[in-house]
Amino acid sequence: MTLTMFELVLFTILTAATPLVIAAIGELVTERSGVLNLGVEGMMIAGAACAFAIAIVTGSTALGILAGMGAGMLLSSVFGVLVIFLAANQVATGLALTILGTGLAGLVGSGFIGLKREAALHLHIPFLSDVPLLGKLLFSHDLFVYLGWALVGGVAWFLNTSRSGLVLRAIGENHHSAHALGLPVRRVRFLAVLFGGACAGLAGAYLSLSYTPFWAPGMTAGRGWIALALVVFASWRPLYAFAGALLFGGATVLQLHAQAAALGIPGQLLTAMPYLATIVALVVLSMRRRRGSVAPASLGLSFMPER
Amino acid sequence: MRIELERRTAQSPVIEFLAPLLAIAAAVLIGGALLSAIGKSPEQAFFVYFVEPFSDAWSLQELAVKASPLILIASGLAFCYRANLWNIGAEGQFVIGGLVGGTIAVVTYGMDHALGGYWILPAMLIAGTLAGMLYAMIPAFLRVKVGASEILTSLMLVYIAEITLDYFVRGRLRDPKGFNFPQSVPFEDIARLPFLAEGERLHAGILFALAAVFLASFIFRRTLFGFDVKLVGSAPKAARFAGFSEGRLTFAVFAISGAAAGLAGVCEVAGQIGQLQPVISPGYGFSAIIVAFLGRLQPWGILCAGLVLSLTIIGGESAQIAMKVPLDMTRVFQGTLLMCVLAMDVFTRYRLRLIWRRSA
Repeated sequence: MTLTMFELVLFTILTAATPLVIAAIGELVTERSGVLNLGVEGMMIAGAACAFAIAIVTGSTALGILAGMGAGMLLSSVFGVLVIFLAANQVATGLALTILGTGLAGLVGSGFIGLKREAALHLHIPFLSDVPLLGKLLFSHDLFVYLGWALVGGVAWFLNTSRSGLVLRAIGENHHSAHALGLPVRRVRFLAVLFGGACAGLAGAYLSLSYTPFWAPGMTAGRGWIALALVVFASWRPLYAFAGALLFGGATVLQLHAQAAALGIPGQLLTAMPYLATIVALVVLSMRRRRGSVAPASLGLSFMPER
Repeated sequence: MRIELERRTAQSPVIEFLAPLLAIAAAVLIGGALLSAIGKSPEQAFFVYFVEPFSDAWSLQELAVKASPLILIASGLAFCYRANLWNIGAEGQFVIGGLVGGTIAVVTYGMDHALGGYWILPAMLIAGTLAGMLYAMIPAFLRVKVGASEILTSLMLVYIAEITLDYFVRGRLRDPKGFNFPQSVPFEDIARLPFLAEGERLHAGILFALAAVFLASFIFRRTLFGFDVKLVGSAPKAARFAGFSEGRLTFAVFAISGAAAGLAGVCEVAGQIGQLQPVISPGYGFSAIIVAFLGRLQPWGILCAGLVLSLTIIGGESAQIAMKVPLDMTRVFQGTLLMCVLAMDVFTRYRLRLIWRRSA
């Protein structure tokens, strides 16, 4: 299949946006329930390492993906127990999770540096993907891209229209009222944290199984942190998070193409682009929103039922 | 039977003192289990990590050399965290401090020094401190004036600082006679921190760390500013009613922590490394966060915690050589330690109660 330049650019934007979308959607659900998990970067890189290791050992991409999600969930469950049941400080525990996840990823991945694998299967939906322009753009990605889209749609539906989504949002807005209504505050929060962990692990699995596809220490390169910023940028709304991720995907593509075109811009400036863009995005958004925050009102506060 | 947590009405000094020790013990146990899981002998590792560093003068000095930046940075961070402000970008402020201070040493290299060049080192230290301070003012400014999360901006600035250092060390500041290696000229002796004794490892950086502990302890105990910091952190509403300016305080604590990290950065390049390299920190800025919490945000606690973390760094290095334990084990251990510290923290605020029968 041959792609025109234009198609190629759009195609790359979609793939570069995918890990950000997946991780950001997971964190969005966690934060909507009132828990701030700063450990996305750690869960993501641990997911990347475990997914790659298991995929190499078993030869199965599916098991690799499961391992990545499992690693994310395991780490997030440690985080969940600490901040939800022991009321530990969420910011500090999230940082600890990032440090721990990065270390564990290094341990797991140390035996797999330099190994390569076929990238995960690209679906090539017959007929549909032969539609000019849109066909290749929409219907010939790998599994993860579609998973990302499904997550955005599913979570948007869940939060906005389902009863459980309403419960989750209520808990995130005011845990005391929710508790008084008899809602299981801590159980829902724990589940939301687990979902966030699974998503971060899945995003990591995408990086090491499809995007690169190999394992290298530090390969997430701050994407977990960018996903955290995306949640703020998206005002905690799934569709906005998707749009924001596409913008960041665009920044990545710009960086790749500028590097290829050798415009004489120092490579380091291009590498710094996503981080600068994150700061600019946060600033622009916060300026527009000076009056009244749209963050879940109980975000970052711990809840301990008093008798 | 179920377990319930009950809020303590008064602080218990015994628990406050025991909690960090219990946390270390728990982390050591978990670390040992992990080591045996990857097929290493936990007993041997324990020896390499926690006994050997005390066995000779050389490693004892190394312990102090590595603890100095941790203690210095963490003393600054204690101001932020006490005020419930989250500067997690000390690593970036450290790097910028080292870069700016080190630049003076590189620029003055090989020149005829006015006044015998004795101004160079002080100039480096001041420039590095100011640079770290200004760099920390960016997230403070964005938080106060725009309302952007200081957590995310300060962390993003770490990446940008590391990239900036890399750019200059590979470009303008590269040693022209260095066979194209990405590193600067080695600093002249006049631009190096003096060693505390001839032919030894321990340089004057430790003095700054000790001074920071004294100073922080004095400010927290004896000044109104120290009280403000604590008040804004523990009772922000009360502080607002009392008329404290939260904005001014935010700037102040970020300035203090940035200055401390910047100073630690210059001390590292002028003391330990002696030139600029693409990477000048093995993650001191992040380890210092653990030091601050392990020390319970108390200056003297931070002094002890800095030594403990330094021990894990040195132990990690020797375990890599002696037992082929991957260096990442250090990070795993540090992350576990911070988690244990935070988990134990719950017992300083809550009392455990076992409830045998479901209460009506």
